[in-house]
Amino acid sequence: MIAFIIRRLIQSIIVMGVVGFVAFSLFQFVGDPVLAMVGQDATPEQRAELRRDLGLDDPIPVQFAHFVGQAVQGDFGMSYRQSRKVSTLLKERFPATMELSIVAAVLALVVGIPMGVYTALRRKGWLANLLLAVSLIGVSLPVFLIGILLILVFAVILGWLPSFGRGQTVSFGWWSTGLLGRDGWAHIILPAITLALFQTTLIMRLVRAEMLEVLRTDYIKFARARGLSDRAVYFGHALRNTLVPVITITGLQLGAIIAFAIITETVFQWPGMGLLFIQSVQVADIPIMAAYLCLIALIFVTINLVVDLLYFVVDPRLRVERAGSSH
Amino acid sequence: MKPSTRFLVAAAATLLASASHAVTLRTADQGDALSMDPHSLNETTQLGFTANVYEPLVTRDSKLALKPALATEWKQSSPTSWVFTLRRGVSFHDGQPFTADDVVFSFQRAADPGSDLRGAVSQVKEVRKIDERTIEIITTVPLPIFPEMITSLSMMNKAWCEANGAAKPVDKRKGVENAASVRANGTGPFRLRSREPAVRTVLVRNQQYWGKIEGNVDEVVWTPIGNDATRVAALKSGEIDLMQPAPVQDVERLKQDSNLTVLQGPELRTIFLGMDQKRDELLFSNVKGKNPFKDRRVRQAFFQAIDIEAIKTRIMRGAATPTNLMVGPGVNGFLPELNKRAPYDPEASKKLLAEAGYPNGFEVKMNCPNDRYVNDGEICQAVAGMLARVGVKINLEAESKATYFPKILSRNTSFYLLGWTPTTYDVENTLYNIMATPTGGRGTFNLGSYSNAKFDELTGKIGTETDPPKRNAMIAEAMKLHAEEFGHVPLHQQALAWAMRKNVTIDQRGDNIILYRTAVVK
Repeated sequence: MIAFIIRRLIQSIIVMGVVGFVAFSLFQFVGDPVLAMVGQDATPEQRAELRRDLGLDDPIPVQFAHFVGQAVQGDFGMSYRQSRKVSTLLKERFPATMELSIVAAVLALVVGIPMGVYTALRRKGWLANLLLAVSLIGVSLPVFLIGILLILVFAVILGWLPSFGRGQTVSFGWWSTGLLGRDGWAHIILPAITLALFQTTLIMRLVRAEMLEVLRTDYIKFARARGLSDRAVYFGHALRNTLVPVITITGLQLGAIIAFAIITETVFQWPGMGLLFIQSVQVADIPIMAAYLCLIALIFVTINLVVDLLYFVVDPRLRVERAGSSH
Repeated sequence: MKPSTRFLVAAAATLLASASHAVTLRTADQGDALSMDPHSLNETTQLGFTANVYEPLVTRDSKLALKPALATEWKQSSPTSWVFTLRRGVSFHDGQPFTADDVVFSFQRAADPGSDLRGAVSQVKEVRKIDERTIEIITTVPLPIFPEMITSLSMMNKAWCEANGAAKPVDKRKGVENAASVRANGTGPFRLRSREPAVRTVLVRNQQYWGKIEGNVDEVVWTPIGNDATRVAALKSGEIDLMQPAPVQDVERLKQDSNLTVLQGPELRTIFLGMDQKRDELLFSNVKGKNPFKDRRVRQAFFQAIDIEAIKTRIMRGAATPTNLMVGPGVNGFLPELNKRAPYDPEASKKLLAEAGYPNGFEVKMNCPNDRYVNDGEICQAVAGMLARVGVKINLEAESKATYFPKILSRNTSFYLLGWTPTTYDVENTLYNIMATPTGGRGTFNLGSYSNAKFDELTGKIGTETDPPKRNAMIAEAMKLHAEEFGHVPLHQQALAWAMRKNVTIDQRGDNIILYRTAVVK
């Protein structure tokens, strides 16, 4: 067990290192950050001096080593453009992204599972087929278009919900939350739906497929033969057995939701990390971009690690067979 | 750090006063001010916002003419010195009086390596306090337009800055934050109540303001909304009252909405094309052994091949003012009588090319940004199409400003597009940076190295001539010379567009700075 954990940890560290290096190398092509740091009147000498002082003239491996050295201490330096520490900026934005992602994930589960169960049970029903067709449209429309359409309908035409921002927030230490007030909830609905749509359809289709498979198994037939009610058969036996893969996928998808929040945040001016990242790309603010990519990689790696460990705990077969293979 | 009780009382009084009938203006900009420090970045979004909180010695009215602010009068006491008389009875938002020491301090602060307003004070040798109400500024060279040069230079409070570790602007290289980035203590008509970067910044009316505040706004809630469609939606749904900029493609639709008005006017920035006139062979062309752009006829042919009206109507949707000059209206030195373009005439253009020895045209690469100016990428595409009609084949390379500028600033280009706003609101800034032969500090952004000895001589004289009529005559001569030689191909001044709810009125300034003191919400 301990050897397994150590092996996984080492793999995670390697993954982080590779992500960090790839990201860092890419930044050599995003352009010149000095441009965004000074006004148009700055002379070439001032620009060159700034570039030198920031260490941008050093060879890439040297810059990277310096970056890693600082990063492991949690210090990502100063934003080139905002004159504030990158760690402060990310800390300010982190709660917004997490709240949006978690609300979207919960929404996807709460809507996706019942829809999956329903479409599996009423396979030939018109409503089930309609849901499947609509979900297909939902998956194929790009996220920004869905966001804009929702804004158009619910903010501009109907005037029910706000079109941008996070609304009023309350702070607890460094964590800020918008979920304690009506205003915050009004603001989170549209972005959360936008972000959750793809996951909802994914979960729905997953649950449906699993349900159809489980319903064909022998123990369901026996359960029916015992005269159990439909309710007990479907929800007590069938659904419970479909949930294991659903929970795994959802866990992994949480990482995807956090990463894909970039587009949703841009459309709704949601003050999260994704919006910060996009704004930083536009002005080649390398410290923020590097820190964001490393943070996202860390979140993915952590979730993966946790999921792997859970498999290990849940599935007794793995404890015997495990030989370095991973899913 | 405890705020003084005096400040708390004042804040409470403001809160109580505004609780009854507070007039709130909710406004959205496409970007956030990156800092509240008025010396940290020389950029319109930031300086435009802090101009509501901080004030310079000399400011500008809605027509951009000079007007007294923290100095009541000023005069040039000798060719290299200016004397400013400071306004009495002005206090900062925290209650401290505004004094001559604050002026000396602010000039020093703006000259710090971390400051981006060093350009404005680079020729200041010394700032002397003569008495509590008088300041003398010694410059290294005669500066006839010195007051024009310092209209963006805000006065800060010495004691407050020192107490908050903000005696110098943040030096990004050292990695130390300071309070002036997120808090403010100015003398302006609004005080900063709260600041959540990228989310919401709230200003409240300064009840102790020394002057008269023309408008009726008590509170300004300022939100950045980057996405054009979302910003438009927020205005249409009534969540905001004012937005800047109104996206070009949406202006017509916004005008048709009976709840909204759109304010449009020419911006100070001029968009133009430049050509490499220095190298003996162009870096990116099929013409070998010579440089076609050295020939005036080729430059003129390019100029006359461009259908500027088509660019205005098709690409800019009317939101542009075609120009023959490198500066626009509102800039000191703009000459309406010289602002007549040579006609669009492809036939004449072909003839000129033939005379210059290119009857079948030639091939050249054009560099262009696609996210810096309004529809910049599209403008370049159109120019490429128009030049193709006279036989010049353009290989267009349009890219993000982050990669574009390093390339052209190192002069790795044969043909490029650029925009320029003279930050002093005086044509000399454009002559010096964009048009004069690159030597020393001059011509830094004259990326094609247009060069004319007579022009350079005039530029030098214009920089130091203190007699306005003489100076204007020389400006006219220089501008005429450049236009006749087709040193650059000026295109247009892009238009500013602000959109707002019908119940809001506000003065529009050509430099795109929004002063909330002029806003009236009915």
